[in-house]
This record gives sequence, structure tokens and C-alpha cells, in this order.
Amino acid sequence: MTLLTMMALITVAIVVQRNLFAVVVFGSIYSFLMATALVALDAVDVAMTEASVGAGMSTVLLLGALHLTRGDEVKPLRRPLLPLFVSIVIGAALVYGTFGLPAFSDPQAAIHTHVAPRYLLDSLRETGVPNVVTSVLASYRGYDTLGETTVVFTAGAGVIALLRRRRSEKKK
Amino acid sequence: MSFPGHYTYWVTIFLMIAGLYIVIARGNLVKKLIGLGIFQTSVYLLYIAPGKLIGGTAPILAASFHTYSNPLPHVLILTAIVVGVATLALGLAIVVRIREAYDTIEEDEILEKDRAEEAEE
Repeated sequence: MTLLTMMALITVAIVVQRNLFAVVVFGSIYSFLMATALVALDAVDVAMTEASVGAGMSTVLLLGALHLTRGDEVKPLRRPLLPLFVSIVIGAALVYGTFGLPAFSDPQAAIHTHVAPRYLLDSLRETGVPNVVTSVLASYRGYDTLGETTVVFTAGAGVIALLRRRRSEKKK
Repeated sequence: MSFPGHYTYWVTIFLMIAGLYIVIARGNLVKKLIGLGIFQTSVYLLYIAPGKLIGGTAPILAASFHTYSNPLPHVLILTAIVVGVATLALGLAIVVRIREAYDTIEEDEILEKDRAEEAEE
């Protein structure tokens, strides 16, 4: 609970801060807090990925982009009243929606009674991997992981296509 | 409905709304991408927090444990993190290109330059 409150505070700092370098550093702190919260929520694999990819790689990418662009955000011309209004209305609707959801860690919630017990009971016998996350990711849902790899490949190809054109233009 | 039982949902929604607000209200393209990232990470919490069982452990099977947290959201979110960083990289590459074409990464200034060009034609 403390962790989540700290995350909310960091988010406020990100919204308010206009120096983009500070925003990137706050974003890194935010990712580390998120990774810690994920460990507390028993999602150790996800926490490891978030700490390396979210706090590590994303920060490096953002700093690289900042190096190529400018470091400060200008003041907006008009007051952001409409976006604020839209955000608050959507937030209120979502909070209203949570009243129908099961409380935190309720063992009778639908999420714990349907598909998950089957994986927890049978996956060790069927795949021989004790880590259920690994067995689902690599064995049962292997095609999804293939799709994910395709997405990463496409993004990488896109980045190369965008940045290579720049270099050849400079030569001209 | 109780305060501690729904606190994670509300923090998740707060993060989500903060990300949405940055994406809509802020003109700086790098800041917009960071807002998009906050929106994405809030979805991680949305998925993983309901899968936690108090007293359970991480879903790595061992003889001495009997209660495990739900592994399925973890699998989904592992995919989401990797896809998130892929979109971030692509978005930043586009921002770098925009900066070279327009010499700015502020949305208002880009639109102004576009209008000026149209007026010339």
C-alpha cells in the first residue's frame, strides 16, 4: 500500500515537472517502484522484466532520444481545462466500475476459480517445468510468444528504417 | 466494498488517468510517450493485483507450498512489457525524425509550421 502511494506521488511529479531529463529520471524511479510492487504481488518474472526493460532499457532509449532533441518542455498556450475535465470524468466512471469488482485477494474471485487451477495442478506433469509462468509462456501459449517476437522484430525494423533514411539524407 | 480491498484498483485508475492526461494535454512529444508508458504500466497493476492471494507464493511449484498466486496475468503482462518497449522505441524514432524535419518536438509549433506552409501554397 505504501509502495502504491509512492508510485502515485511519483506520477504527480512526472505530470508537473517540465524538465524532460528530470521526467526521464522520475520515470526510471517509477519503474523500479513498479518492479518492487510486482515482487510484493508475487509476480517475480514480471518484476525482473520490468526492472531490466522498464527501468533500464526504456530509460536508455529516452535519454538517447533526449540527446537528439531538446531538453525542456514549453509552457502550453492555453489552459488544459478540457483534457482535465475528460480525465476526471473517465476516472470517475472507472472508480464507479470498481465497486462491482471483488476485493483484493479474495480467493472466491472468478480469476482464481477458472483456468488457473488447471495450470497449477497439471502443468508440472504435462511439461516438467516447475515455474508455471515459464511453462505457460513457452509451452501452452508458445504461439503468443511467437507473435510477440514478431511485434518486436517489426518495431526494430521500423526504427532502423526511420533512422537510416536520416543518415542517407545527410550524405546528400 | 471496502477501502483496503479496493485501494489497488483506485491507485491503478489514478495512474491510468494521469497517463491519459499527459497524452491529451501535453504538447511535447517525448512527454506524451512517457505518459503513454505510465498508462501501460498501470495496466500491469490492473492485471496482476487481482491475481495475488495473501499467503500465497510466486507460482513456482514446490512440495512445501500449496497456495500460489495466479500465473496467467503474469504471462500476459510479460508479453505486454516487451511490446511496450517496442512501441516506445518506434515512437522515439519517429520523434527524432519529426525533430529533424520541423526542428521542434512541440505539437503546437509543428501545427503552426504546417499551417504556414499551407498558406504559402
